Amino acid sequence: MHREITTIIRIIRTGIINFVRNLSLAAAAIAVMTVTLTTILFSLIVNATFSNTINQINSKINISVYLNSSVTTQQVNTFMTELRNLPSVKKVNYTSQDQALAMYKSENSNNKSLIQALSVIGSNPLPASIEISPTNTENIQPIKNFLDEPQNTALQDPQAGTSYSGNEKTAIDKIAHATNIIREAGVMAVIVFACVSALIIFNTIRMTIFNRRDEIGIMRLLGANNWFIKGPFVVESTLYGVISALISILIIDILFAGSASALQASSLGLLDIGYANHDFRTHFWILLTLQLVVGILIGAASSYIATKRYLKLKTSR
Amino acid sequence: MSMMIVLDRVTKIYNRNTGPVLNRVTLHIKPKEFVIMVGQSGAGKTTLMRLLTREERPSSGKIIVGGIDFDKLSDKDIPNLRRKIGVVFQDFKLLNNRTVFENIAFALEIVGVSKREIQKTVPKVLEIVNLKGKEKRMPPELSGGETQRVAIARAIVRQPKILIADEPTGNLDPKHAWDVIKVLEKINRFGTTVLLTTHNASIVNKLKRRVVTLEHGKIISDRANAEYKI
Repeated sequence: MHREITTIIRIIRTGIINFVRNLSLAAAAIAVMTVTLTTILFSLIVNATFSNTINQINSKINISVYLNSSVTTQQVNTFMTELRNLPSVKKVNYTSQDQALAMYKSENSNNKSLIQALSVIGSNPLPASIEISPTNTENIQPIKNFLDEPQNTALQDPQAGTSYSGNEKTAIDKIAHATNIIREAGVMAVIVFACVSALIIFNTIRMTIFNRRDEIGIMRLLGANNWFIKGPFVVESTLYGVISALISILIIDILFAGSASALQASSLGLLDIGYANHDFRTHFWILLTLQLVVGILIGAASSYIATKRYLKLKTSR
Repeated sequence: MSMMIVLDRVTKIYNRNTGPVLNRVTLHIKPKEFVIMVGQSGAGKTTLMRLLTREERPSSGKIIVGGIDFDKLSDKDIPNLRRKIGVVFQDFKLLNNRTVFENIAFALEIVGVSKREIQKTVPKVLEIVNLKGKEKRMPPELSGGETQRVAIARAIVRQPKILIADEPTGNLDPKHAWDVIKVLEKINRFGTTVLLTTHNASIVNKLKRRVVTLEHGKIISDRANAEYKI
């Protein structure tokens, strides 16, 4: 047991020493791995930020239906129950004529002439209304269809019409579309970069094996077992992954912190930098762990394959 | 008494057109024996050594070394075999970017010996091969004889049952060659089986040990207390 621990420590130490000696060769591998990990991190955060933007706008979207003054309470109740039963409806809220008037008065309490005008009319000119929140923007259309059914149009005030947050819907559609494109492009870029980094690490380890073939040959003849020979190479490329993960986190940190303060946490086009920065910071440890895991996996896997392929550890027949 | 090394009708063919390099070689070596193998270049001496360390596999025939039957030896177990055998190579195979001490310690590091034990063992071995005080030298700074003794020190530091030395005196002048041979004799006296190949007649004649002569891949003579004769 003691020997095994000594051996594991030696493998790790040799890997680190080799890494330091090999730094010029490793630079390319670290650079491309950093690009890969930065792309992954950036895509993740941008994706989360866009999803957040869409959710925020979604929550603001609603439909207001103004009711005919002749509609009875029972009719209102049935209408609302029917609306609630629609799968595309998240929430339904009723505002009576009196509530509408009270709200109008409190909103315009400073405007004496408006309040006076209301008392001149005598009766309440404001219609009762129902506010409908859809589950998401895609579901505005089925609600619209339902409202347009003849038995339902009869309940509505023909003069007031229905108000839709139509402009916001197109904005949301645009963002959703952009998010999809960015997500797909991100996945493609990540796959391409991951393949490139795996290949470069593979090649780096191959060259290292070639440079150290005498040493490896001597180790074999002295009875080193396969892991004692392979291990340092895997440790070395694991270090590429670790260092690249740290650099990529640092790049994103500087990028978001820098642009967030430069833009006063405002948004850059559709990208809400403030939120992105916040998202990055709240999930910092998870993101760092993810970067380390991905970096180590790419590094260790490609060097493992390289050692399997190029370290001829078997006897020729 | 069980044998330390057994070769039974061992044949090695690299190329069918040039014929076998070793042709049905049968050789038994007892524990603690000192055996000298002689023969001209190309007689098959080095191939025989490479078969014993499993760098090569025989085309046919049986090999048993230190109780390990090569027919039952998987690739995974080769390191264990090599740990039982100390080998001194014709071309030394030392790491030129490491000191004498580190080169010898390397053989121990590979098998997981602790640093403390290494610090204790290596100086003892350096004393056996008369290299005390040269611990911090690099191999290129040493003379041929000294380099060869570093290689021997590395081969014996794990106290193997068998020491195989392939032409260890090949590149040395007579005085240094004899220094190396004296070290081998000392190791043999400690109980290690030694298999030495050489084509240095004066060394063979002076040693007066068992001499096995190889010619064209065949053993043509095997005599005790023999003199050099090809």
